[in-house]
Amino acid sequence: MKFLSAIVIVFLLPFRPALAQDDLLNILDQESPKETSIVEQTFKGTRLINGHSIETRKKGVLDVIISHRFGRINSGGYQLFGLDDSNVRLGADYGITDRLNVGAGRNSFEKTYDGFLKYKFVRQQKNDSRNIPLSVAGFSSIALKTLKTGDPAGEPDFNSRLTYCYQILIAKKFTSSFSLQLSPTLVHRNAVPEFQDPNDIYALGAGGRIKLTKRLSLNAEYYYQFNRRDGSLIENSAAIGFDIETGGHVFQLHFTNSRAMIEKGFITETTGDFFDGDVHFGFNISRTFQLGKRAQ
Amino acid sequence: MKLSILILFLICSLNARAQTRYIDRGGKASFFSSAPMEDIKAETDQALSILDIKTGEIAASMLMRSFNFKKALMQEHFNENYVESDKYPRATFKGTITNIDQLDVHKDGVYSLNITGQITIHGVTKPLNVTGEAVVDKGAIKAKAFFPLAVKDFDIEIPRLVVMNIAEQVEVTVSFTYTPMDDASMKK
Repeated sequence: MKFLSAIVIVFLLPFRPALAQDDLLNILDQESPKETSIVEQTFKGTRLINGHSIETRKKGVLDVIISHRFGRINSGGYQLFGLDDSNVRLGADYGITDRLNVGAGRNSFEKTYDGFLKYKFVRQQKNDSRNIPLSVAGFSSIALKTLKTGDPAGEPDFNSRLTYCYQILIAKKFTSSFSLQLSPTLVHRNAVPEFQDPNDIYALGAGGRIKLTKRLSLNAEYYYQFNRRDGSLIENSAAIGFDIETGGHVFQLHFTNSRAMIEKGFITETTGDFFDGDVHFGFNISRTFQLGKRAQ
Repeated sequence: MKLSILILFLICSLNARAQTRYIDRGGKASFFSSAPMEDIKAETDQALSILDIKTGEIAASMLMRSFNFKKALMQEHFNENYVESDKYPRATFKGTITNIDQLDVHKDGVYSLNITGQITIHGVTKPLNVTGEAVVDKGAIKAKAFFPLAVKDFDIEIPRLVVMNIAEQVEVTVSFTYTPMDDASMKK
């Protein structure tokens, strides 16, 4: 009899997994589809502060962004600490696909028009078959300055008013509340302010965010220029600020030593010394609209 | 001889048991929130549910990330800030149909089912009693249920700034078409 029961047990062994599935939820766990594991919301906005973040708007989404940079805080009470003076950028980003965004804007600073393309070619993800630890995007922008110089010898021609910027954005969301980004950058200026200034400026941007609550994050960003002309008065751009998200809006409030809100401006034309109090208060307000049908 | 009868009996009993189970791998679930500023609707067609018509046990499970919203950003915020899908990827339900004896899968018709159990969303488990309607049609069971859920019951906080956009109560609709579960078709 002992022998028999031993055999029965041995024969029963293959059925044990079936018995372990007795709990219906366990069966559903096994049936469950594999979760899409693309990491989203590395940052709340498409701008980290001044510079572009890795984020792209999804297909069919129009993101209208209104940005302000006020004057310098250390300009005193007569100027209401800079609030009397302001630069505005009116712009919009649009998601052609979930990965490809285009955008355009107009800046009151030097009456500059800008346009850009951003393509996210690597998306951070983790699942059973794939493990991609970070996201990578390519970014390219062009800016046209239309401010009249008033030079009696004639205004500069179209080409010398153009500036280009190329960036690789590399970002990683380490945890749901901590993300970092590196942004190697090349800014090419068709015309430079001084004869000794290089046309190409190489820079590296670094930035990150820490979420303080689910809807509030602290952001910081710094752009270091490698080949500034000796004796140049141009500073590196630094910024610190908060992102506040309320449904379809993202409010970004920040302090920065840069006046301009486009790459060529804040990376290569910042004149304020952050630690000397040449700080501008500023904000970006973003409102998204779903225009086209969503990609499923 | 005794042994083979015993084994045969065991196999039969296991099979018999499996055939009392009905499953739907592509069920629909949706929720709807109506607030002064905005109506929000999201749906998934990847909800899973399983039903044992002998014991009346029922379970359902769905991935929060599979819910589709009309607005892409809203979907991102739903996953990121409200239900925290990284931490709590699934919503689940486990319960019993208390009047399962009234359901006859061999007789086409409309049945009313009383379901009592526990629902888990955002890591919070709450009791849930719903009345569902089941239509038996050629051996398949089409079941539908509709119930309200209070967002705050599941520790999902709505910030004051968006109170006008998100209702405190959402209307949930689930509908499943159960067919007999075939052991061979089970994913290993």
